[in-house]
Amino acid sequence: MEAAQLATTATETASEELSLDIRGLTKVFGGLRAVSDFDMTVPRGGLYGLIGPNGAGKTTVFNMITGLYAPTEGQILFQGQELSGAAPYRITRMGIARTFQNIRLFQGLTVLDNVRIAFHTHSGYNLVEAISRLGRFGRQERALTERAQDLLAVFGLQDRQLELAKNLPYGEQRRLEIARALATQPQLLLLDEPAAGMNPTESETLMGLIRFVREEFALTILLIEHQMRVVMGICEWITVMDFGQVIARGTPEEIRTNENVIVAYLGHASGREL
Amino acid sequence: MKRLQVPSWITTLAVALLAFFGVWYAKQGGHISVYWYQVVQLAAITAISALGLNLIYGFNGQFSLGHIGFYAIGAYGSALITKDYVTKWSGSQTGALAWMLAGQIGLVFALVLINKLGLPVVKKRISSSLSEHLAPHEANTLGTLAVLLISAASLAASVAVALGLHALLAPALETIISSLPEGASRPLIFALALINGGSIAALVSYLVGLALLRLGSDYFGIATLGFAVMVYTALQNSDLVIETMKGARGMVGIPPWSTWPWVAGGLVLLAIVMRNMLRSSHGRAMISVREDEIASQSMGVDVTQLKNLAFTMGGFYAGVAGALYAHLYGFLHPSSFSMIKGFDPLIIIVFGGLGSMTGTILASVMFALVIEGLRVILPQGFEDWRFVIYPIILLLIMLLRPSGLLGTSEWGWLRAPLPPERDIPVPNRSLRGSAVSASSEEE
Repeated sequence: MEAAQLATTATETASEELSLDIRGLTKVFGGLRAVSDFDMTVPRGGLYGLIGPNGAGKTTVFNMITGLYAPTEGQILFQGQELSGAAPYRITRMGIARTFQNIRLFQGLTVLDNVRIAFHTHSGYNLVEAISRLGRFGRQERALTERAQDLLAVFGLQDRQLELAKNLPYGEQRRLEIARALATQPQLLLLDEPAAGMNPTESETLMGLIRFVREEFALTILLIEHQMRVVMGICEWITVMDFGQVIARGTPEEIRTNENVIVAYLGHASGREL
Repeated sequence: MKRLQVPSWITTLAVALLAFFGVWYAKQGGHISVYWYQVVQLAAITAISALGLNLIYGFNGQFSLGHIGFYAIGAYGSALITKDYVTKWSGSQTGALAWMLAGQIGLVFALVLINKLGLPVVKKRISSSLSEHLAPHEANTLGTLAVLLISAASLAASVAVALGLHALLAPALETIISSLPEGASRPLIFALALINGGSIAALVSYLVGLALLRLGSDYFGIATLGFAVMVYTALQNSDLVIETMKGARGMVGIPPWSTWPWVAGGLVLLAIVMRNMLRSSHGRAMISVREDEIASQSMGVDVTQLKNLAFTMGGFYAGVAGALYAHLYGFLHPSSFSMIKGFDPLIIIVFGGLGSMTGTILASVMFALVIEGLRVILPQGFEDWRFVIYPIILLLIMLLRPSGLLGTSEWGWLRAPLPPERDIPVPNRSLRGSAVSASSEEE
């Protein structure tokens, strides 16, 4: 008991340097072990990748980090703080934002409102002020709108602000989703298949965008991706999952030639590369 | 670009004033009968109630079938107060008012207390400190027991608060009301009764929402329908508890104080409150819950809190509408609050457009006029055919305009204001600038 306590305090000091520290994470749906004993650390400022064949459990890991699923077992530490069991909105307010595999914008609302909703936590006025239009309302609402517009301008969407989100072309929807996530002012950004459905030129642009966003907003980024070009192109470190378990981790170079990974993706490994 | 435009609030104010004085003039000049005067008022009352339901279903996306229950609570809750003023059924003119105010404040006190104590945390703490000496299940049971005791104690404390408040309030209200002249005490009592009808309904809907809002949308609809049936049954047997409510025989002796200025004033005031709430960060967050609940909570929106807010506010609107209704005819019967009647506001908001305040108000007026207008148009003996003709009209409109009259669009001042015009500075390092290749612009 005491030894274990000592050990956790020791690792907790170390985890101050870490953005994300996941230990023994497990999720069981009925009889299915979707994620089993998953470990992963992401240092602050890192750009890490999480890959694996369909159904490997990647999105389940994301859903547990963001609080949409409660882990069956295990621990998730974000900057040294325990996350598991917290409500999704609290986790977002602690500084984790995400995008979704199949874009989840507020389709029927304007581009500007999509971003302004993400600023809700930082609106700076209360309900009484909103209804009476007194106090801080006028000033804060204007400031909030301007911040949302400025953020849209960074993503080249400033001319689209009054359009409905559903009317944007696909690539712009992806960009808007990232802009919206950034409006929550995160330190860690989780991207779930940002390049899904993109052609090579588009995903090239996306890679530039991810690098840009990471520098501009001083972010730690963890992304799930199927397009090997993207993952290998920008990630510093990659974790590979298959059937809910980690089968490999390493730099893109190591992963490219890792036998387990090649077997998982291609069936057998006679001298092939990913 | 720099076209001179009349601000939208001026046009909207003009239309509102026109409608108000139009009806007022028609009544005063004797151009419409008392019957049609009441129909117009009923339309406005229905609009208030339907606005509340649209907030819950249209803007927040929670499918509620229990709206009529809150309408009924508001109606009876306010009627008890004004009937007391007229007939002293409770023994004094303000007895019912004092009890209701004290009871509500006590309940709010209990809710705040329980919330502040943070019971889940308390339970966890007690259980974990006990688990050093006991088996886990024993510690857990004792923890639950402790929490139940704390809850019971805070409820008892709130009852004490309520009793104490009542002892203070009852004589104070009595003296205030009896010292005022009739012309001042009557509107005061009426206003208090209206607010009270709304606040009782809001309090009940907060409690109902606390228990039911975690259910998914369809299940929530069924559960709230159950609530409406419970209220209906309770009202049928209400004379067992409060004799003067008269149960299934119908409550009589309520002063018919609802007039066009009261009803229209209530509608305008509540519409302004709702519009201002919707066109703020809270309102946008509320609408985002309808659009995509998962995305909404992932953006830091406390979804449960906003659902509770919408449901409680919607309940308040239903309560105020019910209170105005009670004083329109001076007679209340449980059958006015049956399940079938409960579909009226739902029909109105779907017909007017889910998520459109303009549509709701428009549809309420049309609904009242069509139902009552057909009564006049149809020949003698065919009145019941109204309920064939108006569903056909509904069917046709839903087939031709499936998203309702207005969809989610609004008119005039009710619209979301455009962001102020300004030149948005494009930062040097934007996607359009240097960092990324320009190909992203040609998607």
